[in-house]
Parts: sequence; C-alpha cells; structure tokens
Amino acid sequence: MKLPTFLGYRRANKRVGVRNHVIILPVDDISNAACEAVANNVKGTMALPHAYGRLQFGEDLDLFFRTMIGTGSNPNVAAVIVIGIEPGWTQRIVDGIAKTGKPAAGFSIERHGDLQTIASAARKAKEFVQYASELHRVECTVDELYVSVKCGESDTTTGLGSCPTVGNVVDRICAMGAIASFGETTELTGGEHIVKAKAATPAIAKEFMKAWDNYSDLIMKEKTDDLSDSQPTKGNIRGGLSTIEEKAMGNIEKLGRRTKFVGCLKPAQAPTKKGLWYMDTSSAAAEAVTLWAASGAVVHLFPTGQGNIIGNPIEPVIKLSANPLTCSTMSEHIDLDVSAILRGELSIEQAGKQLLDLTLRTASGRLTAAEALGHREFVMTKLYRSA
Amino acid sequence: MISFLMHEKQDTVGVAVVDLKAGQTVQGRSLHGNASPKVKVLSDILLGHKIALVNFKPGDTVIKYGVDIGKIVAPVKKGEHVHVHNLKTKRW
Repeated sequence: MKLPTFLGYRRANKRVGVRNHVIILPVDDISNAACEAVANNVKGTMALPHAYGRLQFGEDLDLFFRTMIGTGSNPNVAAVIVIGIEPGWTQRIVDGIAKTGKPAAGFSIERHGDLQTIASAARKAKEFVQYASELHRVECTVDELYVSVKCGESDTTTGLGSCPTVGNVVDRICAMGAIASFGETTELTGGEHIVKAKAATPAIAKEFMKAWDNYSDLIMKEKTDDLSDSQPTKGNIRGGLSTIEEKAMGNIEKLGRRTKFVGCLKPAQAPTKKGLWYMDTSSAAAEAVTLWAASGAVVHLFPTGQGNIIGNPIEPVIKLSANPLTCSTMSEHIDLDVSAILRGELSIEQAGKQLLDLTLRTASGRLTAAEALGHREFVMTKLYRSA
Repeated sequence: MISFLMHEKQDTVGVAVVDLKAGQTVQGRSLHGNASPKVKVLSDILLGHKIALVNFKPGDTVIKYGVDIGKIVAPVKKGEHVHVHNLKTKRW
C-alpha cells in the first residue's frame, strides 16, 4: 500500500513535526513576565505562560517535569528558551529537552533580575528564530504522524456524526502505522466496559480499568451532588445530552470500529510504539490537549457539538461538527462541517476521507480555525495541592 | 424525510435531526440495523434532543446506542421529550 504523504519537519531524533515553533517556556508562574517580554521582543517566538512550577512534589512534580520537558520536546517545536526563577529546575528542563537534539537554552532570574535575563534570553531567542527559519518541510508519510483525539461541548450530534468520523480516521491511520491516542477517563463512564473490550490484551484491559477506577473513586470521594451541572456540562445538556452514560457512548465512537488499543499512558507520557493508546486525562479540553501535546502528539482531531472553541499553542486542533446550528452560527471555528451526515447525505466513510485529507493538509501547514483566531490554551494538569 | 435517528434498532429513544413540533407524525431510522419507526410527536422537541419511542414509567431503563444510558424518574409517553427532567444517570 502506498501511504498518503504530507510535508513535515523531520527533527534530529527522526520524529516528524507539522509546525516549526520557537517557544519561550517558563519554569514557574513568576517567570511568565520575563517569557512574555522575550516573546514580545523577538518576532516569531511564542511564550507559554502557566500557573504552576513552585513547591510541587511527588507524582504531581513528576507530571510537571514530564509536561514541561515533553512540551519542549514535541516535534512541532524547533527550539526552546527556558526561563525559571532559579537555575536548578531550569537546567533540568533544558537538559530533558536537549536530549531530542534540538537547540535549548536556559536562563534564571535570581542574581540577574528580570531585565538582564530578558536581554540575554532575547539574544538567544533571536538566534533560535533565525535557525528555525532555515529548516524546511520535507515529504513525510502518514505513519510518521502522532494524532490525539478528544471531543468537547459534545451533544447528541457528536455521537451521530463527528465522533464516528474521527473514529473512521483512527481506524484508517492506525492501519497505516500511525500513532493515535484517546483519553478523557471520566467521560468513558457508562461505556468503560466497551472500552475495556477494545484493549489489545487482558493486561492492557486491566491497566485501563485500574486508571478508570482511580478516577471514578476520586469523583465519588469529592462530589457534593450528582455532577448534573458538571458532567454532562450545561452546554452538553443544552445540546440534548442527559446523562454521563449517554455522553460516554458518543465519546467512545472516536475510538473507531476496528482498532484495539495497544497500551495505557500516564498523563503526558509518550507512546513507545505504533497504534492506538489510552491516556489517563481529564475531560476538560485545554488540560487534556496540553497533556497530549506534551506526549508528542502533533495534530489533534476535535469533534464538537455545541461549539467548544479550544486551540493549543503546540499542536494544531482541527475542529469538526455535525450540528447544523453550530456550523452556521460559529462557522469561523469549524474546520470541517459534517452536518450532512444528519441529513443522510454524507456517509461516515466519506466524512472520514474528508477529515483525513484535511488532517494531511493541516499537517502540511494549512492553519486551523483555532490557529487563525489565536487560540493558544496551554493549561497544565495539577494532581493535588502544592507543599 | 427522516426526522429522527436511532443508533441501534433496539433503542427506546431517538434523536431529533430537525426541530419537531407537537402534533406531527414523523419518520425515523436506525443507523445500524433496519428499524424505521413512525411516531406521533407529543411535545416540541429541538434538534439534538430525544424523543421517546416507547411509554416509560419511573424506574425504567433507557436504551440508546443499544446500551443503558440511565433511568426514567417521571412518567414519559411515546412521542414526548426525554431529557434531564425525566431521565437521570445511574452513576454518580
């Protein structure tokens, strides 16, 4: 079989990216200002401000470093400036990213102050931007892609149209040797037995159920009501979804009809081989997509019903909807309108082919609606309170 | 014209794919299997919302995608709107 191709960036570690970002990455909340100052001064760079990085510990700290190093290591990133308040954690992140072979440099603020740090970091950022501008896209094949999938503000039309369309693409690209990943642990509730049956081996099924049970236990412990305002969301309910079980069944359509999943990932953990992977993520869109980008995903497929408008700074987020009202009232956010499925005028197979074509065009450089509109939601997942 | 869709032929609710008005008799179809029921609509039902395809009494299980999606908590007649006012999760 001749594999479909696209034009991507093949990095030093042979991984393929579809964007060529130079990012300015804060280690901690108090270094956001310096990072934004550098990004304001050096055109073509992008700061990724976030709220964390201080006094985290244990598994939460592991996740923090995995997210930071993973974000910088993503093949969509050409080079990275890291700025932190002190040199220890700053250098740990720089060293982690540098293992990919890409340029990475760290700057710390203590004993220099913001202004001197900004000046030094901006000089290096200018070098990195010029370096990145001479990298060129080359022909790559679909089996070199890592695609993440998650829906948002779903309604009954996502289960009928846009999620099965994504499932069709997951079946196609996994058969061609690509990597794909799904997650949203709580939103599998009501269909967890169906997901379990899609595990490639009994050991993987057991690992998935352990992650699902853990998340479910957390909700049972912390809940103060039946979550009827949170899961489903008010938007889900407005769109006609009544229960978490109904929402989960629509969600699971994204996993495809034929593909078994080959492993379970912790949040922000990178897959180690081809095929479909489960990742233990929150169901909140920006948090989940940030985790996938940190695990190395280069394109995200995002079905929406009522119109979640999320984007991500690292991986382009392609939105599709089968809701005719959303496609007409929020057209600037929708990359692919598959509402003809509801009218019986478009089959899932045809819609899947359209989405795969759009995915490859996006991988070759076409901007998504979210990119054009400046959506860069970078939201780190935090497991518990800091020390 | 198809006015509502079901996922599986055994589903006990359908999803309106156009806005439905009380008093209309509408045609549905299942995506899998070959059900094509006709139902008289008893309440106005917006696109994306569910229509009952059978009479339900409190405690009944609602089937969509061929599986259990929750329990009925108030009586529902065939043709009426099924949503959070009469359908609740069995989880959480």
